[in-house]
Amino acid sequence: MSRKIVQGVPMPSWPMRIFKGFVLLIFCAVVIIPFVGVISTSVAPNKQINESGGLVLLPKSINFSAYESLFAGGVVTRALFVSIFVTIVGTLLSLTVSCLLAYALARPGFSAGRPILLVVLFSMLFSPGIIPLYLTVKGVGLLDSIWALIVPTMISAFNVVVLRAFFMNLPNEITESARIDGAGELKTFSYIVLPLSKAVLSVIGLFYAVAYWNAFFSALLYLNDSKLWPLQLVLRTYVINDTQLGSAELGTELLPPQASIQMAILVVSIVPILIIYPFLQRHFAKGVLTGAVKG
Amino acid sequence: MLQRSSKHPQQRLTLGQRLLRDRVLLLFALPGTALIIAFHYVPLLGNVIAFKDYQPFLGIGASDWSGWANFSVIFNGDPAFLRALKNTLILTGLQSVFVFPAPILLALLLNSLFSERIKRIAQSILYLPHFMSWVIVVALFQQMLGGSGLLNNYLRSHDLTTIDIIGNSELFHVLLTSQIIWKDTGWATILFLAALSQIDSQLYEAASVDGASRMKQLWHVTLPGLRGIIILLFILRLGDSLTVGFEQIILQQQAVGRDVSEVLDTYVYNNGVLGGAWGVAAAVGLVKGIVGVILVLTANKVAHMFGEQGVYQR
Repeated sequence: MSRKIVQGVPMPSWPMRIFKGFVLLIFCAVVIIPFVGVISTSVAPNKQINESGGLVLLPKSINFSAYESLFAGGVVTRALFVSIFVTIVGTLLSLTVSCLLAYALARPGFSAGRPILLVVLFSMLFSPGIIPLYLTVKGVGLLDSIWALIVPTMISAFNVVVLRAFFMNLPNEITESARIDGAGELKTFSYIVLPLSKAVLSVIGLFYAVAYWNAFFSALLYLNDSKLWPLQLVLRTYVINDTQLGSAELGTELLPPQASIQMAILVVSIVPILIIYPFLQRHFAKGVLTGAVKG
Repeated sequence: MLQRSSKHPQQRLTLGQRLLRDRVLLLFALPGTALIIAFHYVPLLGNVIAFKDYQPFLGIGASDWSGWANFSVIFNGDPAFLRALKNTLILTGLQSVFVFPAPILLALLLNSLFSERIKRIAQSILYLPHFMSWVIVVALFQQMLGGSGLLNNYLRSHDLTTIDIIGNSELFHVLLTSQIIWKDTGWATILFLAALSQIDSQLYEAASVDGASRMKQLWHVTLPGLRGIIILLFILRLGDSLTVGFEQIILQQQAVGRDVSEVLDTYVYNNGVLGGAWGVAAAVGLVKGIVGVILVLTANKVAHMFGEQGVYQR
């Protein structure tokens, strides 16, 4: 990936370099400032929030009262559990199903490999449409069930293609020797192939996890019961639509200002991604490129 | 015997025997394939309700056929449908002009940096918004640009006129476009940076020996090196051109009203899932899907005519 410094090409002039640095700095600031503002406001003291009329960029002191009321067992706590459940269970199921399919498709000489591969590839060309998809989910009885957030989006054809490309690049000799030693497909897959694929498994796993954590569309479409809402729907209702969160929803008497509660909900939904981001980042360029090049 | 069977191991087996031999692999492939068929191909069949007078309590099978009646909103140019189509096309246009080239420019900027370290730090920052959900992005924009947002607070405290950007129907299309740029420009540079790193450095050396300035090198070496990937991504983009951000728009529809915010996808959702006009909504969705596939196929053909690889061969 890294570009070597090209010999014989003159270094750009100083004004040019300063100009580039400046442009880049502005871009990065535009990305970072919203996050800083949100995190600061969520921990800022009430007085400062009221004075500033909304967002705070630098809190004068730090208090966690907004978080205390969020985690007191009300709407947000429940949504957090739903989101965590959907993300963990969904990611595990997605990874299992995708890896099994990708491994079968990567095996040379698998008699049904070609038709199944075509089924996978063609599904990437079109999307089924909102209405028929809704009716299908309704038809299999998933409406108003937490599984509606997992099952319809459990497998992504793109991720299967990336995994397959990775499995196909593993040296053939390794699986062959396992076979000669008497290992069946399941043994070869779980003891030889999977341990060699940790890098791609972590990338694809994290892609799935981010998708589950961020899922808003399926929740909006399939869930009427607000008890099943994941974090993203709570975020929409109480932050974007600005519905007031009272003590009934929060399950606590003590009420910090709306602004800091709203910002705390935002932070709660951002932080998990910020935590996995460094791990994700190490591998993702490679993972994305395998998919793009080999697809 | 052993030699012969290892040379042509498959010739002696019938299809049934081969499938029996591969039963473990078939079992491996089963759950994933079943899910793709159930949630991608079966709904495709569900599109028949576009030709039916669908009654939820009767089910798809028992509902009456209605011929092309559901398509009349399209053929007769129903105002609500035309409004959705118009907004979709405006947004597609804005995205092609502003969203599409943005990552190319940013990738060129990142690629021209001489410090690997600065480049890497900038990349980690610029990729981040891609991993945020639309709900978070919309909420962040509200906090920054809304009535009591950071921008207006600043303007107010300096006695300047405040501007209402969120909830302003005139600026809505611009707002949507800038949200997409904020969210995905950094991430989209990945592919362009990879393509840039593939360009042979000898081409640059040769060009500079021939006396080409840096601008000339950009024009004659860098941009031709990016041509393949730019065309490929543009074709893929074309296939999605009638899909302009369902989540992003539905989140903000309340604030500005349907006049400027209704697009084909929200039309389908609002009329079908919320309004109960299942058949009409399915008809619009079906036409949209078909047009999308036709656009990809056509664009691919055009790419081949220009000698480019396109999405798939031939």
